[in-house]
Amino acid sequence: MPRQTLDREIHHLQDEVLLLGSMVEQALLNTIDALKRRDLVASRRVYNEDDLINEKRYAIENRVLILFATQQPIAHDLRLLAAILEVITELERMGDYAKGIAKINLLIGQDDTAIPIREISRMGDLAVGMLHRALSAFIAEDVSMAYRIPREDDQVDELYNQVYRKMVAAMIADPDIIDHANYMMWVVHNIERTADRVTNICERTIFIATGELLEIDGSDDEWDDGEEA
Amino acid sequence: MNIVRPQTLRFIPSDSEVTKIQTQASIRIGEKADGLELKALPIKMAAEELSVFYGKFQALRDISLDVPEKKITALIGPSGCGKSTLLRSFNRMNDLVQGSRIEGQVLLNGKNIYDPDVDVVDIRQQIGMVFQRPNPFPMSVFDNVAYGPRLYGIRKRSFLEEIVECSLRQAAVWDDVEGKLDQSGLELSGGQQQRLCIARAIAVEPAVILMDEPASALDPISTLKIEELMETLKEDYTIVIVTHNMQQAARVSDFTAFLMIDENRAGTLVEYGATDQIFTNPKTEQTEAYVTGRFG
Repeated sequence: MPRQTLDREIHHLQDEVLLLGSMVEQALLNTIDALKRRDLVASRRVYNEDDLINEKRYAIENRVLILFATQQPIAHDLRLLAAILEVITELERMGDYAKGIAKINLLIGQDDTAIPIREISRMGDLAVGMLHRALSAFIAEDVSMAYRIPREDDQVDELYNQVYRKMVAAMIADPDIIDHANYMMWVVHNIERTADRVTNICERTIFIATGELLEIDGSDDEWDDGEEA
Repeated sequence: MNIVRPQTLRFIPSDSEVTKIQTQASIRIGEKADGLELKALPIKMAAEELSVFYGKFQALRDISLDVPEKKITALIGPSGCGKSTLLRSFNRMNDLVQGSRIEGQVLLNGKNIYDPDVDVVDIRQQIGMVFQRPNPFPMSVFDNVAYGPRLYGIRKRSFLEEIVECSLRQAAVWDDVEGKLDQSGLELSGGQQQRLCIARAIAVEPAVILMDEPASALDPISTLKIEELMETLKEDYTIVIVTHNMQQAARVSDFTAFLMIDENRAGTLVEYGATDQIFTNPKTEQTEAYVTGRFG
């Protein structure tokens, strides 16, 4: 069976993408958990460990480019490897969102103003769940799953809007908490963007399976987010 | 008019910030890719300041090249750059060319194969060769593979049978020829013939296999089969391959040496490194031009 080398390399890269994905999932869960527990040490750890995510992303990118140069991937192989380049960029950016949330926890420091942690936790669980299944669909090239997952983004957006309204009301009631409320807006913004980027991963899954480059409706325009019809 | 920009609206990071950004996770393409570093590997063969002459003509000039053990090393370069000459000098095939002589050394396990006390037949047992055109002997498949072992004195039929089957299996051609061992080797397809020749080469248990364009006379699928075979052979053997097909060198080899002719038309070594690096980030302009197809 010819091309065993390329097949082996591709399987290895798929494993590496899953590994990078799980690093990002863990970073997101840890950063929200640290915010919930107001654990600054844990947030510092998430902040620092973003470097590991970046390194892993570069290592995968390097490997893909070497395969382009040395193995001349064609057709499905080519689409898959090109999609991996896109997906690792999305994952790395999600890692930055986790890092951003960690930074906010560090900025809040000892300030004990209330945090809308119920919504934040729920949003985090939803986003990480979407991400996890999107990566499974990516590896399995499951097109119908790739179409289904982005619809779940509505729940994340709804929670985002709830926090938004809560924070605006709080700011009006007490202008002293404007900074704090702003930080909270950034936290939910980061989670909301994470869920949006899951859609991009799903789009790449469809691309691998069908060759079609398309945008799944609705959720990727940053400036549409949070707007209610 | 001077425009005063408030600090907070500065979107361009300062130099110190740029430095900080750059010192975070970084990797240079092609390097560290699979951790292959020539210096860290055991060296099976080496050319040391090797020059080869055909009469007055100098075909190779001052080549120094380490061939790591149980890896695939590819020699690439434009026609006439001396890559085949270099390969042939690795098992003294050039001795057969009238008027040829060498300067410098070719080492196998640290011993110069051109030393006067070295037996050429012994060298060719340790360093096998596979040629461009499949060249089975006009005899049965079995006798093709048993030829070398018989030459080295093995007579016992059961032992020969064992060697033949083992070699054919290693060369990934057993399934094609099982039950046809008495058939002439010349009746096989081109790709099968070439794998038969590889089986013949490994039947005498060489340490090194030299391959001179082993797939250039084959169809694409047979070519890929030979390439996959090389990948499994390198578990046991050190392989040096000459190929015109740059993509093939990229696909199969761990290390790549790029040769070019100098102003006196002698072949010189331009660049030698991990294949991943040579094909993604070559260090010299000539290598870049050659691997991107802009010259040669």
